[in-house]
Amino acid sequence: MTTSTPTDPPRPTGASVADSTLIAQESPAAPTAITGPGGPIAGPPPTPPPTPAAVPPAQPRRRGWRSLLPTMTPWLALGLTLVGLITLFGLIGPFLVGDPDTIRDIGLAGPTGENILGTTQTGQDVFSQLAFATRGSLQIGLIVGVLATVLSAFFGIYGAYLGGFADEAFSLLSNVFLVIPGLPLVIVISGFVPPESRGLWTIALVLALTSWAASARVLRAQTLSVRQRDYVSASQLSGERPWRVIVVEILPNLLPVLASQFVYAVIAAILGEAGLSFLGLGASNSSTLGTMLFYAQNGFALPLGAWWWFVPPGLIIALFGMGLSLINFSIDEIIDPRLKNARNARRLARTRKES
Amino acid sequence: MNFVVRKLLFYAVAVWAAITLNFAIPRLLPGNPVDILLAKLQARGASVTPESRAAYAALLGGESDDPILVQYWDYLVNLVQGDLGTSVTYFPTNVTEVISTSMPWTIMLVGIATVIAAVLGVGLGAIVGWKPGTWLDSAVPATTILAAVPYFWLALVLVYFLSRVLGWFPAQGGYDVVLDPGFNAPFVESAIRYGFLPALTIVLASLGGWLLGMRNMMVSTLSEDYVLTARAKGLPERTIMRNYAARNAVLPSIAGFAISLGFVVSGSVVTEQVFSYPGIGSKLLSAVQNNDYALMQGIFLYITLAVLGANLVVDLLYGLIDPRIRAKA
Repeated sequence: MTTSTPTDPPRPTGASVADSTLIAQESPAAPTAITGPGGPIAGPPPTPPPTPAAVPPAQPRRRGWRSLLPTMTPWLALGLTLVGLITLFGLIGPFLVGDPDTIRDIGLAGPTGENILGTTQTGQDVFSQLAFATRGSLQIGLIVGVLATVLSAFFGIYGAYLGGFADEAFSLLSNVFLVIPGLPLVIVISGFVPPESRGLWTIALVLALTSWAASARVLRAQTLSVRQRDYVSASQLSGERPWRVIVVEILPNLLPVLASQFVYAVIAAILGEAGLSFLGLGASNSSTLGTMLFYAQNGFALPLGAWWWFVPPGLIIALFGMGLSLINFSIDEIIDPRLKNARNARRLARTRKES
Repeated sequence: MNFVVRKLLFYAVAVWAAITLNFAIPRLLPGNPVDILLAKLQARGASVTPESRAAYAALLGGESDDPILVQYWDYLVNLVQGDLGTSVTYFPTNVTEVISTSMPWTIMLVGIATVIAAVLGVGLGAIVGWKPGTWLDSAVPATTILAAVPYFWLALVLVYFLSRVLGWFPAQGGYDVVLDPGFNAPFVESAIRYGFLPALTIVLASLGGWLLGMRNMMVSTLSEDYVLTARAKGLPERTIMRNYAARNAVLPSIAGFAISLGFVVSGSVVTEQVFSYPGIGSKLLSAVQNNDYALMQGIFLYITLAVLGANLVVDLLYGLIDPRIRAKA
């Protein structure tokens, strides 16, 4: 039994990263699969390692740390703006709006000057609810994002660093988790947990446990290539402890990849939580964009035509996810040298226009 | 090791893991599912014998004195015999029967929608990625919004506009209930009309991922030597794009099928709820809402087996179309 996975793609480029490594003889790193199509977190395939060559030496202006920063494009600007605005709304909004639970006797009403997004069927202000729900969703996204990234870093980086049996076992584990559909599993687990013990952290933990596998595969592939570098061997030979080698020598090389995986994890978590809450299986007493949609659905917002109730929560999720994806899009153009073509073509087009 | 044998072994391990998860989840979590289930059964007028109690305990755990390995063995024996218990929600139908009536709906819906999304996405991605830097290519990041949209919300919006405002499609159900289910023209026609909105939801929400993946691979293949050679030979652009670049660029998209299918299945489970579609997703949810643990477990097992089966097929096909992957073994 090898660790080869059901999704090992070939490596169309000549750049062979892991083929040379002893450990990976049977399962060359295949990170392109992670951003396989169809997922809510699609992005460019973050493949070969962020070698220094990822930045052409012909660019004297972009050196050192600056070369690790994405070039500012209109899309990146849009992404940063979207994420910034929605985060601000979630952070500050709840302090500026009224109590979201206040019941008014106006019932279900469309947007007016007083309630700019209308009211629910019990007369609660949708805009206030939106502010609190955004905060709730961002919170769960952040918690799950961190947990899932830590898990994937442990299984991906640590396993690949140790090599041998641990690596085989860890990557088999992540490949199995990868093919088991996540949300049905989460639904079943939430179904077995009684509602009274279904807290925020329980849900966060369940979401994290079912979503780390894809990232772990990417990180493993990258680690396999980095751990063969001379300075890593030098550090090992000079008697450094494993954790120090990982943290000081290997981790910095993986930062852009970790960042992009973290961003994916946050999107996936917000989407997953929204789906779960929409089904009434989310954390009890929580208020997220998913629970808002749950109440909208159960309050017959759709048959009553109350678009102001169910459109905004989903739109915020979609725009926030889009913003994060756009940021990732730019990160990927840096960590994936093969996407250099796109960058160069853009630069070429620009210079041509200017001249 | 032979490529096919290796794949079969991997999937055998995955199936075993799924079965074991199914065994472990109710036993690891708080609550006492067997008592809740039996109370519900009794409320439905079923007589609860010690045997049926033992059968549910084998499925779900509970205060059994048997060591865990014996419980595990009983559970496996039950599974092999195809005994997944009786559904509470659809009493007195047994779980296997509930699943076999709803599974075809979901398989058809998800299957057709996934094929459409993949073909459209890969085709568009190939065209867009062929000329990076053009205005069309610069518009690609806009598709990320499609990939970030929650499936069920997109379903709500589509129902609101196409069904409620414009009245083009029915908003609920899987077919016109006055018709007889079966392979006759009016029924198939109505199934297609009812299935259009759910399928559109899945296609729209998963299209972006396919498109982006393909576009990025196209951009990478542009710098390959074989593309340069083809150009040097003076082959027509369309031929190079179709037969040289796209053919190679599509491979990772196929290889990433497992992940995309997982997302589509997850998304469609929630989407079915919006449409009250008669598939396995809405059955899973009514099972959860009614504490119908036996049905929950059974459905999860079947969904997982279906996904694993689809992945195995794609993996084996992949070995056929890309000899390199076989040579690696």
